[in-house]
Amino acid sequence: MSFEQIVFYGFSFMLIFSALMVILVKNSVKAALFLVLCFFASSALWLLLEAEFLAITLMLVYVGAVMVLFLFVVMMLDINYSALRQGYTKVLPIALMVALGFLLLLQWLVGNEHFGLNIIAEPQKHPADYSNVRELGRVLYTDYFYPFELAAVILLVAIIAAISLTFRGKRGRKSQDIDKQVEANKQNRLKVVKVEPVVSPKISDGEKA
Amino acid sequence: MIMEWALILLDILLKIAAILLPVILAVAYTTYAERKVIGYMQLRLGPNRVGPKGLFQPFADVIKLAMKEIVVPTGASRSLFILGPILFIGPSLAAWAVMPFDAELVLADIDAGLLFLLAMTSISVYGVIIAGWASNSKYAFLGSLRSASQIVSYELAMGFALVGVLMCSNSMNLGTIIEKQSGGIASWYFIPLFPMLVVYWISGVAETNRAPFDLAEGESEIVAGFHVEYAGMAFALFFLAEYANMILISCLTAVMFFGGWLSPFQGIPVLDNLTSWIPGTVWLLLKAGFFLFLFLWFRATFPRFRYDQVMRLGWKIFIPVTIVWIVVLAVWIKSPFWLWGAS
Repeated sequence: MSFEQIVFYGFSFMLIFSALMVILVKNSVKAALFLVLCFFASSALWLLLEAEFLAITLMLVYVGAVMVLFLFVVMMLDINYSALRQGYTKVLPIALMVALGFLLLLQWLVGNEHFGLNIIAEPQKHPADYSNVRELGRVLYTDYFYPFELAAVILLVAIIAAISLTFRGKRGRKSQDIDKQVEANKQNRLKVVKVEPVVSPKISDGEKA
Repeated sequence: MIMEWALILLDILLKIAAILLPVILAVAYTTYAERKVIGYMQLRLGPNRVGPKGLFQPFADVIKLAMKEIVVPTGASRSLFILGPILFIGPSLAAWAVMPFDAELVLADIDAGLLFLLAMTSISVYGVIIAGWASNSKYAFLGSLRSASQIVSYELAMGFALVGVLMCSNSMNLGTIIEKQSGGIASWYFIPLFPMLVVYWISGVAETNRAPFDLAEGESEIVAGFHVEYAGMAFALFFLAEYANMILISCLTAVMFFGGWLSPFQGIPVLDNLTSWIPGTVWLLLKAGFFLFLFLWFRATFPRFRYDQVMRLGWKIFIPVTIVWIVVLAVWIKSPFWLWGAS
């Protein structure tokens, strides 16, 4: 067994184990963390395929940003775990059927029939000066230019849609206007009032003592 | 077979040690420098009891922290509580793998070095989140939420600033980025990328949770933020990682915008010959040292930001500035007025 094979089997085992733990572990925060480990392992497998750009982007986008926000949501949820586990036996047959159906579907879609060695050739090793990043950029901005731009527009629409769904206007919020705060100075905030000292009419010597 | 693997393993371990030992020593003496510098800025002497001029102070601190007990709070998730600091320091040390110290002196000369760095800095968020959540404490949790949202926000501006470097150098390899800047101070990237430099540097300060962006700690509001429940070596790991990140950001700023290990006297007739014996690493360390000093200087100078101000600066000022400058830069590079190498 070569060094690469050991790395491959190590990370593959890690990927399958963490993927299983995502659905088996009871605590939802831990499940989300196992999903992060899952992404990490698959990113390492992509590195073995010499797809370093995709591998690092997976780390950057999914591990670094998406899962962080996901964890935020999961951590803030107040989940009653015992209520969640009620009706387990009742749902089990349906769940098993769905799982089986999904497994068959996956086998049909990404099985040997479409992705076998006779359909797609074994990946060859590239020379040391081969730049994955450069190749990907070239393909993205020439052959796949329109789909790429279209995907960008769709994502932009999704962003705007999400913001417009949650934005409720400025009414009733006590957010501060930073420009106004910066503009505040001595002239328009501070008023110096001159008060004439009040002189008491007459104090006799006896009162002073 | 086994001998061969043992040799590979030994080779890797030796290389890791050769980079990490100096980094950890630098971290130790950055803490000392911080206390001395801020001390003098505030008309104090700083540590001066342990060893000559207090030079052994970092070792005394480490020994003190190592002797302390690590207390796991009641109701805390024990495994995650231990994992938090490890996840925080791991990536910040792993990022050093792609740092070019000299023309040939780099551990992993990978093509996607810039992306690797961004990925590593984004992973260390998990250390913060896990530490805050696993501590089973409201203060720690609030601190970790603050810190994580701050790191995620400023990472975007930082990424955009690095896109500018990418556009100038046409490469994600850090060594190539430096080589493209050769030819004296005028050809360093801080001139065409000045807005990017400012954004990158301030984002770097925010990313490392340093003053004036240290509201993750916010002693006056949330005690000490995400690491409030940590003691002993577990706390020391957070502390070490913060300083390792500071040094990393300083080095990266020098690499991306100030020509890394290139001499500033390149192309100047007499000075170039006089200083050619100085190794490139020295120049890199001098440049990085200047930025490291800026970190300490900031801490002694600026009061802490308010939380909404931090978010506003990141999202509403830095990200628009970088996006506009990317467009300007794209036009500039294609125009005949571009002087920083053919693209």
